[in-house]
Parts: sequence; structure tokens; C-alpha cells
Amino acid sequence: MTKDKSMSAGAMPVQEKLVVEGLTKRYGDFTALHPTDLTVRAGEFMTLLGPSGSGKTTLLMMVAGLLQPDEGRLAIDGRNATYAPPWERGIGMVFQNYALFPHLSVFENIAFPLRMRRTGEAEIKAAVGRALDVVRLPHVADRLPRALSGGQQQRIALARCLVFEPSLILMDEPLGALDKKLRDQLQLEIKHLHRQIGTTILYVTHDQQEALTMSDRVCLMNGGRIEQLGAPQELYFRPRSHFAADFLGESNFIEATVARRSGEALELACAGQERLVRAQAGASEAAGAKVRLMIRPESLSVTLQAPATGNALSGTLLETLFVGGTTRQYIALDGLGTVFCLELTAPAGRQLKPGEKVFAGWAEERGVVLAADAGAQP
Amino acid sequence: MSRAAAARDWSRPGLLSGAAGRWLKALPVLLFLTALMFVPVGQLLSLSFQAKDGSFSWVHYARLFTADVYVNVMLVTLKIAAWTTLATVLASYPVAYLVATRSRRAKSSVMFWVLLAFWTSFLVRTFGWLVLLGRQGMINQFLQALGLIDVPANLLYTLPSVIVGMSHAMIPLCILTMVSVMETIDPNSVKAGLTLGARPGSAFWRIYFPLSLPGVAAGGLLVFITSLGFFITPAFLGGRFETMITQVIIEQIQEMLNWSFAGALSMLLLAVALVIFYVYDRLLGLSSLAGGGTAPARGGAGLSGWPARLGLKICAGLGHATDALLFPSWRARAAGERPRSAYGPAVQWTIVVAVVLFLCLPAFIMVPVSFTGGGTIDWPPRGFDLKWYQALFESPLWAQAALRSLIVALGTATLAMLLGTPVAFLLARENMRGKTALLALILSPLIIPRMIIAVALFYAYAKLGLVGTYTGLILGHTVLAIPYVVITVMAVLKNYDPRYDQAAWNLGAPRLATLRRVTLPLIRTGLISAFLFALITSFDELTLALFVTGGLTTTLPKQMWDDALLSVTPTLAAASTLLLLLVTLLIGFVGWLEKRSAR
Repeated sequence: MTKDKSMSAGAMPVQEKLVVEGLTKRYGDFTALHPTDLTVRAGEFMTLLGPSGSGKTTLLMMVAGLLQPDEGRLAIDGRNATYAPPWERGIGMVFQNYALFPHLSVFENIAFPLRMRRTGEAEIKAAVGRALDVVRLPHVADRLPRALSGGQQQRIALARCLVFEPSLILMDEPLGALDKKLRDQLQLEIKHLHRQIGTTILYVTHDQQEALTMSDRVCLMNGGRIEQLGAPQELYFRPRSHFAADFLGESNFIEATVARRSGEALELACAGQERLVRAQAGASEAAGAKVRLMIRPESLSVTLQAPATGNALSGTLLETLFVGGTTRQYIALDGLGTVFCLELTAPAGRQLKPGEKVFAGWAEERGVVLAADAGAQP
Repeated sequence: MSRAAAARDWSRPGLLSGAAGRWLKALPVLLFLTALMFVPVGQLLSLSFQAKDGSFSWVHYARLFTADVYVNVMLVTLKIAAWTTLATVLASYPVAYLVATRSRRAKSSVMFWVLLAFWTSFLVRTFGWLVLLGRQGMINQFLQALGLIDVPANLLYTLPSVIVGMSHAMIPLCILTMVSVMETIDPNSVKAGLTLGARPGSAFWRIYFPLSLPGVAAGGLLVFITSLGFFITPAFLGGRFETMITQVIIEQIQEMLNWSFAGALSMLLLAVALVIFYVYDRLLGLSSLAGGGTAPARGGAGLSGWPARLGLKICAGLGHATDALLFPSWRARAAGERPRSAYGPAVQWTIVVAVVLFLCLPAFIMVPVSFTGGGTIDWPPRGFDLKWYQALFESPLWAQAALRSLIVALGTATLAMLLGTPVAFLLARENMRGKTALLALILSPLIIPRMIIAVALFYAYAKLGLVGTYTGLILGHTVLAIPYVVITVMAVLKNYDPRYDQAAWNLGAPRLATLRRVTLPLIRTGLISAFLFALITSFDELTLALFVTGGLTTTLPKQMWDDALLSVTPTLAAASTLLLLLVTLLIGFVGWLEKRSAR
């Protein structure tokens, strides 16, 4: 392959909507965002996920132009927009508390961005009508925002943002103030809208389930840095740090030492356990290195006999909790901490009793090897 | 569990938990205001319908409306109040905007000066203008030194000097009122506007400004109504053509002893004030006055239909104009360049600093003047001498006046707290019928011009033998202080989560123990603020003192007024300086308390 070909191949199909390079924000001694690189592809739904104070909102505000970076560069559609004022960026933004203008009617709220663009009156009328249809609230145009429910207000905020057809939409925890049922419903609606319109969405949330449900890619942030970036499945099944494993979903951690390494396969020794367990190498673990093995609870199964294939560790059953569709079982591993296992509830069959000697088993490829020093044991 | 508790019958609600408890909180203050305000004011107004022999007659009203002079005075009063309101609102808005939108630190430093001006005596500030605007005053000296004028200009005793003095007096109140509304505006509203394509000018005029209008309207109303009752400023800074209606009322009482005609003039003033309130309520609703949320009842600034549409059109035009003027260069500049240092904030700060200087200069000018070695308040002061302080401290008149004012102020603050706090709890906590009416009754001493209350109390006291007594002064001042106490305590309780009380009850603390150990400690700072508010209201009060004190029973403001009527001497500057010091210490004390309770 020649150099020319690779360049043209790179430029054609994958369009870069937003490119962030070394973007940094400091407040005195405190660094809200360490130098950060991020690329969002056109048409992508990307979520910035992280706990509060992780820098996700800081990054979003700088993309919106509501906050000025101290260093770095930011390009939208290939044009440098680092210090462009927000009203020139043409980016849609949905705020957590909706930020609908309380003194304007729903119609005027949605018409606002069009009026700013000097759109003609007839066109405004048609566009607002379409936007209201898209969010399925065609009958509320004359009301004031205050007269609407929280979910309706959020839909109007969406409509106001969609009406001027921005090619990039930012959403800052837009569903944070809604109750669970409404949140689930609106998650689906936003996802459908995204698919329907084909716009690019950069979404901020601290809710890991929301991030997994909605995103094409998730950018996990922690302490002002990007912790890991990837598709939801990748983040869930292949976390690269203790933090990533712990923040997304539930997880068991087992301390271990590398006994042998052969190519990509590791054999690990755990304190108090006779068997070695096998796992795929993460990066550079050499023999003798301390590591932490992460296993999702649904990957574990509890048996009376050691399973014929795969890994298993011995222990004592502590407790069985029936949670409806699933059952949780807590096992004190010999010489190790407590782990738990999540299984679909089987209506019949022999129930294991607390105190029984059991084995917790898992398939080799389901264990993830992490560095032992990253983060504290939960 | 004690036997008494076990024997209690719990099948019925407790005696104090229902309507009886509510009455217990509201009744004392209602009785107090009825006896000391509504009945006396009613009496005064009914006097206006009595001829000399006591029979019913329209004679006083006939005189009021046939002689041009009184109608003219009322028109002048309205004109001065309108100009004052306009000037005050224009000067207050930028300061309030900055305080409401900037960082905490910027806010507290500006607020310190605003509060200092707010708490400083009207008299002190008016004297300051005499020093500034007099023929030998600072501004004339300055203009002459620059060679702009040869002979001193007549800056005093004109309409502008009255308006300057009065807006100076009203700006702090207006700023405080506007800030309380502006702080409820969601800062994301403007940010959302920016992301939707509005340039800063449009974002301000189309979004922030309409949302802040209830604050502007409330501030404007308070300024206008208060201005109607002014007499200190026009008396010292105005000429013959700036005579206001309260001055005529004073004249009728003190020189003509014509109670009935004073009653008729009071009726006219009260009617004008009430009509203005009525119009305001029709247009905008009175709820915005009590520092309620910004959300107007009907859209726009509470207006609907064509006025609202017209208003928004005007705002849109102002937005375009501002953008064209201040933000034209964005398109020319490459987006990757770091923007030049923004000049918007610099302009804003310049305006704010100018307003703050305007607020504080007249009070502080008294400090150097008080140390003058000369015999007048001319600028610049001659030499350095403490003789005016010496004169002040050696005069039994001044010392006794100060002591009397202090005793009256302490008595007033205590009584106002005892009467006002329970009803503030009632108004802040309970949702009951007639709440708005109750609030209106309690705030009515703010609405009824102070002069009318003072004249009415003078009349009542004369019959009861209370003129010149501590009791009379304290009772009268308490009437004026109660609204401030109730508003302050209500504001504190709004931020107090009643679940603390519920938790205490649940943990076994009876009502009184809960109040003593949980509620009061948590709202202590607010209660102290309310107490100080009442204290200063009384300490600074002149209207009532004008009538019911005199000679050996005079208070400090009355003493200053009497002294100033003869001639404004450096003694007054010395007294003003001491008052300024006292107010600074009080504000520092409150600030220290708030910081301590925040920890």
C-alpha cells in the first residue's frame, strides 16, 4: 500500500467532527482537565462518563465555548475553534436543568435560535412545528415552560436544540433531574432521534448504565484525565484499570501473583489456594509480578465439585440472596476475600446452603488481569 | 414515660397545634399595629373631615383643591419622586447585575460598600452633599482649580441637587431589592442563549433583562413610594420650588397647629401612594416585592398581550444595537486566536466603581471636615483640630441625645423582635388562608408614608401624655421596625429546612426544647441581623422624633436636625463621623458572625 492511498482512505469515510488536542483547564493550583486528546467522529454518539469532578463537564463547556481553555486546541469540522465564541460555533446544547427561558412561550423558546439567525417568519413557524412534532408535543406551543412537566420541558429543550439542525449536539446530564421511568423512556427517545437525524452527539453523564445503553463509544474520565475510551462492550469486558472495572458494572477483584508466563497466557497463584488459575496477559506482566484479577459476577458460577474445564477457586458459601430474576451468592474464598456470583434464578434444583464448601468457577477468557497498584481494594 | 404524658388524651388535637396556635403568633403584632398605627392614622384622617366646631365638613378638602399651592406641591412631589426613581434605577442596575453575576469575592466587596451606604444615616449623607455641592464646596473648588468656572456655581437648592441627594439615599435599597430577584435567575439561561446563536448583547437584552424586570419594578416601586415621603433632602438641598408635601405637613403641625388640614394633606399623600400600589399590583403583582422568585405570573415582566410583545421587540432592538456596537469584530477574527482581553468587564467595573464612589463619597467627606480648624464646613478643611469632637463630648445636649437614642433603639429592637419573630415563623411556615392579607397588614408601615404615621402618633400621644417619653418613642419606632424584622426573619426561615425540627421532635424534644436547642441556634445569625436592622431603623429615625421629642427629650437625629436648621457646623461633621464609625463596626460584626456561622 502506498502512502497516498492510505491518506485518501483515511480522509474519506471517517469524518472527524470534533478534534481535541492537549486541551487543558486550570483553576489556580487545581487542574480541572489535564492535557486531553479526543476525537469524535461524525454521526457518533459519544458519552463522557465519570464521577463528579472528573473533568467531563469542564471538557464539554470548553467544546461549547462557555469556558476558555488554558492550553490546547479544538477543531470542529476541521476548523480551529479553540477560542471561537459560543454563538458562532453552531453547536446545540442541552442543559441539565433545561435552561428554557422562563419568560418566553414554548414556541418562542424553540424559535429563539432561528431568530438569532434571522430566519424568515414563515420558515420559523414551519420549523418550530416540525421540531414540536419530532418531540411529540405539538399542542404545547403557546404555553410557558413552567406549565410543563419535567419530561415535557426536557423534550422542549431538545426541540430547541434540534430546530436549527446543528451537526454537533452537546448534552450535559440532560436526564439527571428526571425520575427513573421517565429517564429510561427519554434515553430511548434520544437514541432514536440520534439514529433518525444522524447528528453527532457528545453526551455527559455520571450514570454508567445510561452511558452503556446509549453510546457508540464511551470516554471514561477520572481526576481530570481520560481513563479509557472505547465501545461499551470493550469497556465492560476489557477494562484496563481498577477504576474502569469498578465504575462500570459490578466486579470481583482477586489478588494474585504471576507464577508463569508463556506468550499471551499467564498462570496465576492465589494465596491460600492450591490451584493455579489461567488468564490472558494484559500487558507486561512478568513472572513474580503482583496482579489483580477482575471477574464480573455473572461470569462466575458456583458448584459443589470443581469444574472439569476453566478456572476455579475453593471457598465457603456465605449467603444466597434471591433478587427476583437473578440470584446472588456470596462466597468467602479460602485465603482470599469475598466474591459474589450472579446467576439467573432456577426455579427448581438443589439449593446450596450457607456454610457448604463450594467452588467458584469461570471461563479463562472472562478474567481480566489488571495492575495491582492501580486503585485500592474496594 | 411520665405519668402526665400517659394520662393525656390523644384522641383530640392539642390546644396550640391548630388555629389557636396560629392566632397566638399573629394576634400580638396585629393588636399592636392596630393600637399604634391603624387607629391613630384613622383618627388623623377623620380629623380632616371636621370643621373647627367638630362637625362634619369638606372645608379642608375645599381649601386643598382650590388653592393651587397644595396641588402644585403634590405635583412637584410626584415629579421629584419620578426623577429620583429613574435616576436610582439606572444607577442601581449595573451594580446589582455585577453583584448577582460575579464571583463571591467581587460580590462581597461591592456589597460591603452598598451596605455601608445603606446603613449610614440619611442626615449624615445629606450633610455630605452640602459639603460637596456648597458654594465653597469640594466640587466648586475643583471646577475653579481647573479653570472651568470663575465664580462658584449654584449647585445647591435646585431640582438636580434634590434628585442627586434623594437618589443617593435610595440607591442602596434599590440595589438590595434588585439583587434578591437577580440571584434567582438561572445563569444557564444566558449560556443557553449563547449556544443557540445569541451574541452577548442579544443574550442580555432578550433573556437576562426581561427576567430581571420584576426586580427593576419592585425596586422602582419602593424608591418611588419612599421618595414621596422625603423631607430631609428637599429641606437641606432644595430651594423654594422643591418643597415636597411632607414639608407642608410639618409646617401645618409645627407652625399652624392645624391638625385637620394636616389630616387632609395626609389623606392626599396616602391616596396617591395607595393608587400607585394598586396600579403596580394590577400590572405586575405584589408578590415580587417580598423577594419572591423571578418567574412572573403571566410572562414578560408579568405583562401579557401587546405590551409584552412590544417590550420584547424593544429588547430585541437593543440587543442588535449592543451587538453591533460592542461585538462586531468576532467574524473578522480567526477562531483559533486567543481573544483580546475582553473590555466588557472593564466597562462594567468602571460604572460600578463610579456608583460605589458616588454612594460613599458624601459620607466619607465628613471625616476630614470634622477635623477642621476653621469654623465652617467649607472645603478644603483648614488645619487639623479636635475641637469639634471636644465640643461634642463636652455638650450635655449631644451626650444625652446619643444615650437616649441608644436606649430607645435597644428597646425598639427588643420589642420588635418579640412581636415580629413569631409572626415571621407563621408566615414562612404555614399555608393558611388570609396569609397575603396578614403580610400586607404587617408590611403596611412601609407602605403608609412615615410622615402620616408620625403625625397620627403625635396626635394620639398628645392626648395620652406620651409625648417626650421613652415609652412613646419606643412604641412608635417599633411600629416602623416590625416590617424589617419580619422580612429579615422570613428570609432566614426560607432557607431553613423544617425537617431539622421534625427530626428533633422525633428524637423526643418537645416544641420549646426544639426551638431553644435546634431552631434558634441555627437561625441565630439571621436573628441578630434582624435585631440590628431594627436597632438602626430606630437609631436613625427622625420623622417621629421630629414631633414627639424636643428640648430635653431629644434624640440624636433630632439633635442633628435642630442643629443643622440653625447652621451646618463642623460639630455635625464630627457627629456624622462617629455614626459612620459605628455603622462600619456593626457591618463588620455582622460579616464576622456570618463567616463564623458558615464554618
